Amino acid sequence: MKGLKWRAILIAVVLVAAVVYLLPSLNVPLPAWWHGTLPDDKIHLGLDLQGGMHLVLEVQADEAVKTTLDRLIDEVKEVLRKEKIGFRSIERNQAGHLVIQLPDGSRRDRLREVLEKEFPIVEWVEAAETSDGFRAVCRMKDKEAAHIRQLAVSQALETIRNRIDQFGVSEPDIRPQGENRILIQLPGIKDPKRALDLIGKTAILEFRLVAEGVDPHTDPAALPAGVKVYPMRRFDPSTGRTVEGKIALKDRTLLTGEYITNANVRIDSQYNTPYVALEFDPQGARIFERITGENVKKQLAILLDGVVYSAPVIQEKISGGRASITGSFTMEEARDLAIVLRAGALPAPVVILEERTVGPSLGADSIRKGFLSMVVGSVAVVLFMILYYRFSGVIADVALILNVILIMAGLAAFQATLTLPGIAGIILTIGMAVDANVLIFERIREEMRMGKTPKAALDAGYARATLTILDANITTLIAALVMFQFGTGPVKGFAVTLSIGIIASLFTAIVVTRLIFDYLFVERRMRTLSI
Amino acid sequence: MEFIRPDININFVGMRGKAVSFSVLLILLGALAIVWRGGLNMGVDFSGGTLIQVKFSQATTPDAIRDALKDLGIGRSAIQQVGSGSDNEFIVRSDISEEKAKRVSDDIQARLDQAYGPGKTTILRVEMVGPKVGQDLRQKALLAIYYALLFIALYISGRFELKWGTSGVMAAALLLGVYLLGLTGLSMTYLIIGALVITLVLCWILKLPYALGAVVALIHDVFITVGIFALLNKEFNLTIVAALLTIVGYSLNDTIIVYDRIRENLRGSRKGDLKDLINRSINQTLSRTLLTSGTTLLVVLFLFLLGGTVIHDFAFALLVGIIVGTYSSIFIASPLLIFYEDWAAAKGIAKRRA
Repeated sequence: MKGLKWRAILIAVVLVAAVVYLLPSLNVPLPAWWHGTLPDDKIHLGLDLQGGMHLVLEVQADEAVKTTLDRLIDEVKEVLRKEKIGFRSIERNQAGHLVIQLPDGSRRDRLREVLEKEFPIVEWVEAAETSDGFRAVCRMKDKEAAHIRQLAVSQALETIRNRIDQFGVSEPDIRPQGENRILIQLPGIKDPKRALDLIGKTAILEFRLVAEGVDPHTDPAALPAGVKVYPMRRFDPSTGRTVEGKIALKDRTLLTGEYITNANVRIDSQYNTPYVALEFDPQGARIFERITGENVKKQLAILLDGVVYSAPVIQEKISGGRASITGSFTMEEARDLAIVLRAGALPAPVVILEERTVGPSLGADSIRKGFLSMVVGSVAVVLFMILYYRFSGVIADVALILNVILIMAGLAAFQATLTLPGIAGIILTIGMAVDANVLIFERIREEMRMGKTPKAALDAGYARATLTILDANITTLIAALVMFQFGTGPVKGFAVTLSIGIIASLFTAIVVTRLIFDYLFVERRMRTLSI
Repeated sequence: MEFIRPDININFVGMRGKAVSFSVLLILLGALAIVWRGGLNMGVDFSGGTLIQVKFSQATTPDAIRDALKDLGIGRSAIQQVGSGSDNEFIVRSDISEEKAKRVSDDIQARLDQAYGPGKTTILRVEMVGPKVGQDLRQKALLAIYYALLFIALYISGRFELKWGTSGVMAAALLLGVYLLGLTGLSMTYLIIGALVITLVLCWILKLPYALGAVVALIHDVFITVGIFALLNKEFNLTIVAALLTIVGYSLNDTIIVYDRIRENLRGSRKGDLKDLINRSINQTLSRTLLTSGTTLLVVLFLFLLGGTVIHDFAFALLVGIIVGTYSSIFIASPLLIFYEDWAAAKGIAKRRA
């Protein structure tokens, strides 16, 4: 029979391809020529199986717009001073508009002209005489604001990628999601808290002068203008403890971390405590030299994300662009701080929208239990089929085993991720794969009862059951495809194995078993059918 | 070997009244449970919050854990033992989903270290979903259910009746109806209900009794499964939705097998009572229906028993869904054809009189 040969070749090709795709996942030693010529990818395990952390962060991109506006205010002030346009105040209001107060409206046209020429990113909103002078309101152009937001997200992504690379995670997956979200997958992470601290830290480093003579415990309303109170973490070397306190600082930021070129952990030889040594680029070094020179004998505070870590007294002008942050660090904290300073600050703070962490022990447990239920379930089904359909059951079991091989190979070939629900999907397919054979076999039994010969019953059984099998599976396939489209991680994994499983089971149950039967009837001249 | 004798003849059709009453009762019970509990027990996926699975090195009780976490405002109902007793594993839920750098799980770990001693507790799993993502996931889940129902309704309306032209009309009408519904700005839940109603009405108007029966059976299966989850106060999360969609796909499986046989028998003999023919078809396919569901049920049962805590509820949903799906294809889907036929006949007589 000619068709027999071609079907046999087709099945052989599929089987060989499946084995080739599956071998790398089985941890068997492969010959050297394999790599590079044949598929080399293992089945990828989901975070719920190998353990790890799944994070969705949102970049507070509006904060980046606010920061830009604040920086703009300083620049506007400078330009207005140069242009000799007197102003009372320039502030950012709740709506994110720039409000410029002038003593009177006499220079309004000049103001508008200067703003439009020097600051093309802002546009004039309104201006009006007020009881005590003149008020102009400007805002950032929508296009510019959108650009800043976009930039903030892409910069945050880059910075986080840098930090994670330096932290050392194997095969991290970091990608943008939607407009301002970042999806991070860190397989096999051991210390999720530490990883999260490292990723989530804004890491804005600032140098500010201490407001000397101001008691940080005074009522905030009574503080002098341009002074604010900040929390302080101070390490007391004599007791070896960290003291939480308060300190009053001047508002003006003299230097930020953006000029840092390098940061490393060093050990203080005197107290044997770690500290972080910083190196500035030439521009930063010049600024640092100037501010230390201008403020000798004054206290310079070093802030990280609004918390003061140390506030040493400047002994002399420091040139060469080196500084250090001492403070109450453990070795680990100092190392992580050095990483975030090297990788740079986030352009805007991030918040965690979603976190799913699975410990390695639970992941291993899930794999073990998942495979145990798969093996037990398969054995039960295999035995049942043999008991119920005897020899034909054996043929269905061959198809079933081939089916599992095809699903696994499919996962490796499509580089799909195997999740715990994915294993459930395989288990479900094992149950459903014999469905098709049960349908065919029941039909054959029926036809034989009606007096047909085994071969005729076989042909009729396959012919009549095939369409029903297709129908029954297509609806499940539709559900699986929709799940794939809308599902997240684990659910997607389920949808993938279910879809591959359905297609594989159609192939094995209809094509493979039919071939075996045909071979037996045609080539081996089988006369009876054990079913 | 044979479980079901070939000459079996159970009067399933005769039991249709009782079966429908039973189903309606089950659905009502589920609906009551939902109302009673003030909605489904939404997991952190949909409601937002934090779920933590902790393993203790010694035996402990939910009360002791609650005491240790007292100042975090975690109630007793939020602490639940999972796995076997000797595992000492608990799941702790909190409504809070800290979006700042500080994690609820760190707070909980710190409190547990204090109460049980450092290193005595291990956090196995953390699931934190912020309100924004919770809302997104809810929307996604509803969309998934919606599209699955839409596509499956379209497929069966065409396939069952082998009238693809009618199916085209159906598709166009359904899409138009859903589009118009969408314009009203109703929430997704109402859109789904609306789409279902439109589907049923269209099946009715276009005289597609098989599609009508299949869609009703499908809704029946999902409602009962959801109702049982509400009755047992089990948590409803993303994987449960996946299980529901699988049930939708799978429960049609058996229905299709019976319907195919009914149509086959109809082609054979146009004469005779429809009730007898349907009953004969159910009996002829009974062995297949029970065996195919049986093998699937068998493997899912092992998944339920051996699969571990993470997959437990998912396997449970599948288990319930497969049982209900098999029941509905025998007792609900086929008798519906009779109800439809009776209605059509009554209408036919009425027409003749007029």
